[in-house]
Amino acid sequence: MDQDLFLTWVRSTGLNIALSIFVLGMLWRTFEIYTLGRKPDLAAPRRRAGASGLHTMLRRSIPESSVFKRSPISYVGGYIFHIGLFIVVLLFAQHIKLIQSITGLSWPSLPAQFIDFAAVVTLAAMLLVLVDRISKPVKRFLSTFQDYAAWVLTFLPVLTGYLATKHLLLPYTTMLALHILCAELLLIFLPFTKLIHVFTLWASRWYNGDTNSKKGVAV
Amino acid sequence: MNEHDTLGERLAQQGISRRAFLKFCAAIASMMALPPGAATAIAETLVKTTRPSAIWLSFQECTGCTESLTRSDTPTLENMIFNMISLDYHETLQAASGYGAEKSREDAMKKFYGKYLLLVDGSIPLRDGGVYSTVAGRTNLDVLQEVAKGAAAIIAVGTCSSFGGIPEAKPNPTGAVPVSDIIKDKPIINVSGCPPIPVVITGVLAHYLTFGKLPALDDLGRPKSFYGESIHDRCYRRPFYDQGKFAKTFDDEGARNGWCLFELGCKGPITHNACATTKWNGGTSFPIESGHGCLGCSEPHFWDGGSFYAPLSTPTSPLNLATEAVVAGAAVGAAVTIANRMKKNTAKSEHQTATVADLEK
Amino acid sequence: MNLQNISVKIENAEEYSIGSLRALLVEIATLLEEFIRNDTRGSIDLNSLPFAPGEYEQLRQLLGQGEVSAHIEAIGPSEIIETRYPGVWWATHYNVEGDIVADMLEITDIPEIIKSQSADIATGLELLRAQLNDEVKQ
Repeated sequence: MDQDLFLTWVRSTGLNIALSIFVLGMLWRTFEIYTLGRKPDLAAPRRRAGASGLHTMLRRSIPESSVFKRSPISYVGGYIFHIGLFIVVLLFAQHIKLIQSITGLSWPSLPAQFIDFAAVVTLAAMLLVLVDRISKPVKRFLSTFQDYAAWVLTFLPVLTGYLATKHLLLPYTTMLALHILCAELLLIFLPFTKLIHVFTLWASRWYNGDTNSKKGVAV
Repeated sequence: MNEHDTLGERLAQQGISRRAFLKFCAAIASMMALPPGAATAIAETLVKTTRPSAIWLSFQECTGCTESLTRSDTPTLENMIFNMISLDYHETLQAASGYGAEKSREDAMKKFYGKYLLLVDGSIPLRDGGVYSTVAGRTNLDVLQEVAKGAAAIIAVGTCSSFGGIPEAKPNPTGAVPVSDIIKDKPIINVSGCPPIPVVITGVLAHYLTFGKLPALDDLGRPKSFYGESIHDRCYRRPFYDQGKFAKTFDDEGARNGWCLFELGCKGPITHNACATTKWNGGTSFPIESGHGCLGCSEPHFWDGGSFYAPLSTPTSPLNLATEAVVAGAAVGAAVTIANRMKKNTAKSEHQTATVADLEK
Repeated sequence: MNLQNISVKIENAEEYSIGSLRALLVEIATLLEEFIRNDTRGSIDLNSLPFAPGEYEQLRQLLGQGEVSAHIEAIGPSEIIETRYPGVWWATHYNVEGDIVADMLEITDIPEIIKSQSADIATGLELLRAQLNDEVKQ
């Protein structure tokens, strides 16, 4: 299949398939998780200042200092690449147009040089956390295939996008189509891997904060 | 005056001075995107060249490519190119018609067998035995195969003969294919574009005549000197792209300030052609400079690449998210939930309490 | 909204710039140095450069007009001028319809095309001799 047909496919059929599986997967998993339900809490709820779902959502964004000291790279590297991903995915004009075409929402963008810089920093930070995972024996022992797969699924779109804009490795049209394909793969596997934390993170933190606050503890 | 004298002899006989010829070669060098200093070398070579025969076959086309090349009938420097070749057959342009014309083609083919240039515009239909485009009762396929046998090289002029073009677009009712799908044993240059820029056509001819061989070609068979760069990489509006300044509609402030047309569907990044530098109408302008995004007309299958106004990062046409996916997702979710609950309930009902006495057994 | 209400913005040619002119001038300076040092002629094909609207006119103003201007009629007109920088010649070749077919800067002491070509001189001599023979016969 020549490169123009490949690009047209990922922009039409490929995207339809990926988004359909994504929606299917998210609905399935959301149903599955949230209809499990919990035993009703029959005790009278206690109140405590600084303890609530919302507090926990925000508080857990900053690690406690002893936890941080045990693995600073996880937090520093992790934060850097998450912020980098946010900038690259959501503040690049071309991506905003894509989101607008699907949802109708749009917002201002940043010039291409900032995105460029953010992409490089993201790639570096992701490599850093991967090296950290492999070189620390406990982390390596705990890591499963899914951990590495999730890393690859996230790394590839950023890498291929960067290579495309710089005209590296493959001709531009092919590189662009590959980039879109990698993003579609990420969409497909997101609901079925730990990458679902993009959405479930906030609900989990809120839940933990809420149940514990009713017991009178701020977590 | 012999049709196939050397170019120098022909020009002298027509009273064209050597200085005029030098000017012509400067124009050729510019057309071929060669360094201007090459004009002298070109002059020295061309003046000794004998005019090769050229046969132009038009198949399933709109004649835009011929129009692009020959808009005027007064002598111009571009037309001087046609002094460089002896155009022995061109259905639209030639004076002769009918059997007389066919005979002149057959004579040229016989006399210059193995040496004539074949120029083709239009795609070749294959479905139903190729009946959808015939001349004098013969299918295009038939004529192409016969004439190609004795050609030294084939120049496919325009996107239709290079890649299939608009007839090949979905659903391709006539089974249209490009020249390169049919002829496999001759060198083919694809001069694509809908239509191609006139100087690109003449530049390729000039290159072939000056150097006696095909110019360097890219992986789609297009001459690198004209198709080596994408429109995006040579576009004068590129600084606006990099700064994130895009026109959002065709007459907003951004459009009037000449900002980048990416958000209005410009396909410049994936299109290779010389429009951004060589431009059209003798260097007057090109679509982006006139305010409309590039259509990608020199790329294969550009007609099937989705809306001309859908930005490259967006879907080719509005998404049709399958409602089946939504329903299926909810259904699977519900089913898995029920299964999980049943599992929980079964575990609860099968639960057996153990006492210390049991453990001591 | 009808056509009359759409305002037309007239741009001043001097104001619009994307910076390619400075790069061009640097290249011209380099070629001039080469010519002074080694007698190597240089040329720049202006057709191959992406000019933003207005930049071409700015270049004309920047390079200006020197002491020499030549008009050639050979299959259409050609205008060759020496710019205000001696050794920098601007040659614009038109076809009979007035389209530009070649547009270049030549860094040299005199562009080739202004000189009389040896083939033409030989042809001219023959014509002159023929003319003289005719006069003698009369």
